[in-house]
Amino acid sequence: MTRTLWDSSVGKKTIMAVSGLVMLGYLVVHMLGNLKIFFGSDEFNHYAHWLRTLGEPFLHYEWALWIVRVVLVAAVVLHAVSAYQLSRRDLRARPTAYVHKRARASYATRTMRYGGLILALFIVWHILDLTTGTVHPGGFQPGHPYQNVLDTFSTWYGNVVYIVAVLALGLHVQHGFWSAAQTLGVGNATRDRVLKALANVLAVVLTAGFVSVPVAVMTGVVS
Amino acid sequence: MKLTLRVWRQQNAEAPGAMVTYEVDGISRDMSFLEMLDTLNEELILGGDEPVAFDHDCREGICGACSLVINGDAHGPERTTTCQLHMRSFQDGDTIDVEPWRASAFPVVKDLVVDRSAFDRIIQSGGYISAPTGTAPDAHATPVPKPDADFAFEHAECIGCGACVAACPNGSAMLFTSAKVNHLNVLPQGAPERETRVLDMVATMDEEGFGGCTLTGECATACPKGIPLPSIAAMNKEWLRATRKVRR
Ligand code: HEM
Ligand code: SF4
Ligand code: FES
Repeated sequence: MTRTLWDSSVGKKTIMAVSGLVMLGYLVVHMLGNLKIFFGSDEFNHYAHWLRTLGEPFLHYEWALWIVRVVLVAAVVLHAVSAYQLSRRDLRARPTAYVHKRARASYATRTMRYGGLILALFIVWHILDLTTGTVHPGGFQPGHPYQNVLDTFSTWYGNVVYIVAVLALGLHVQHGFWSAAQTLGVGNATRDRVLKALANVLAVVLTAGFVSVPVAVMTGVVS
Repeated sequence: MKLTLRVWRQQNAEAPGAMVTYEVDGISRDMSFLEMLDTLNEELILGGDEPVAFDHDCREGICGACSLVINGDAHGPERTTTCQLHMRSFQDGDTIDVEPWRASAFPVVKDLVVDRSAFDRIIQSGGYISAPTGTAPDAHATPVPKPDADFAFEHAECIGCGACVAACPNGSAMLFTSAKVNHLNVLPQGAPERETRVLDMVATMDEEGFGGCTLTGECATACPKGIPLPSIAAMNKEWLRATRKVRR
């Protein structure tokens, strides 16, 4: 069954849909967690600490976090490899363009590949910035995410990179969520309106929630 | 009507092709697009040139042979087959671009004619049912619920023209294949091959070099028979079901 999934274009698309939905689920929780920054440094830092003690005493310190990380890395890798392989197949299947050009499909639909690429690059930068601190501006302090977030969003490029990536995410989710429903075979004519509306709501809420943090730092609401 | 046509001319599968410009005059608004091309071809033949090769058969919108991309749209600006498109959809003095279906699974044979036998091979791999021969069965021996019959009929309308592939930016045959799979998979007559049909037809589709689905919806917009986009989701569901059931 695993082979059938990986070898078929429909199967590979299923892997993409499932891994996409796993990431989407994570991002909703991540976005809600980020909003704790509006309740001040103590509460935000305490929340970050709690994430590491999650599941104790059954789990050891940070184990829950590591489980989430492993699942996410698997999802990102499966999603990106499938995206690359399927895109290669798609481009090979239509090598000659029409002479007569006309606009095709919606913006979100046409930008899935570029948007995905932006997200892939962003994920790397974001981890190096706020998880490992490798490219963090100013002194990175493990265990003090509140200050680290302030540092990042006090640089112009930190804001630009983050906001561009979040906008790309919004577009990706707008087409992606509905698309995943079709891939998994839950879409049909009667459910279409609901699924599209849900995709729009998810896209807007995720984008607004994530963007609110740099905007709050820039405007001094969070300082 | 007087029109300027820019038509894809290509001597054979190996030769490079190019858009060639022609002027046609005296076109009636009531002519079909193919009759307009017939007029062009008559003039070309009289002038000692080779006529433009294009596919057509029934000219009634039921065989699926006609296949032209007109101004970038498969089957042109109306939602119908090229043979059922009339010149009243154009204006006097228009310039019209005519190109063949473009997809690596549909190689150009000559001018506007492409080889669509990849569709035949998809059908051969699963677009059939096993039926006992001999005396015809009693009518209503096999009841089919009305919604299922409607669903089957809706998908049976596919004429295999390939406009869906031509319109898809990925050259994907998912709409065609889903029409064929859904048509038979929903019926009791199609039940014995329900799992192998969808698995085999999708596998053949992949082998023939068609692209995958990115849900752009261009196929369903171009389809002259109105096969809807959710048909693809319905086939995906069948495929996932079959993958769970069949061990191979
Ligand atoms: C590693 C970076 C990423 C890349 C390279 C990438 C690329 C792609 C591509 C090329 C598609 C297919 C588009 C299409 O079918 O037209 C896609 C679909 C999708 N992506 Fe991503 N993406 C990435 C990150 C994400 C993230 C972070 C999420 C989480 C929200 C996500 C969720 C989805 C979903 C739900 C789909 C729909 C799957 C389907 O059509 O069945 N992707 N992605
Ligand atoms: S699905 Fe529509 S466009 Fe595609 S082959 Fe069938 S009739 Fe033609
Ligand atoms: S010629 Fe038969 S459908 Fe157009």
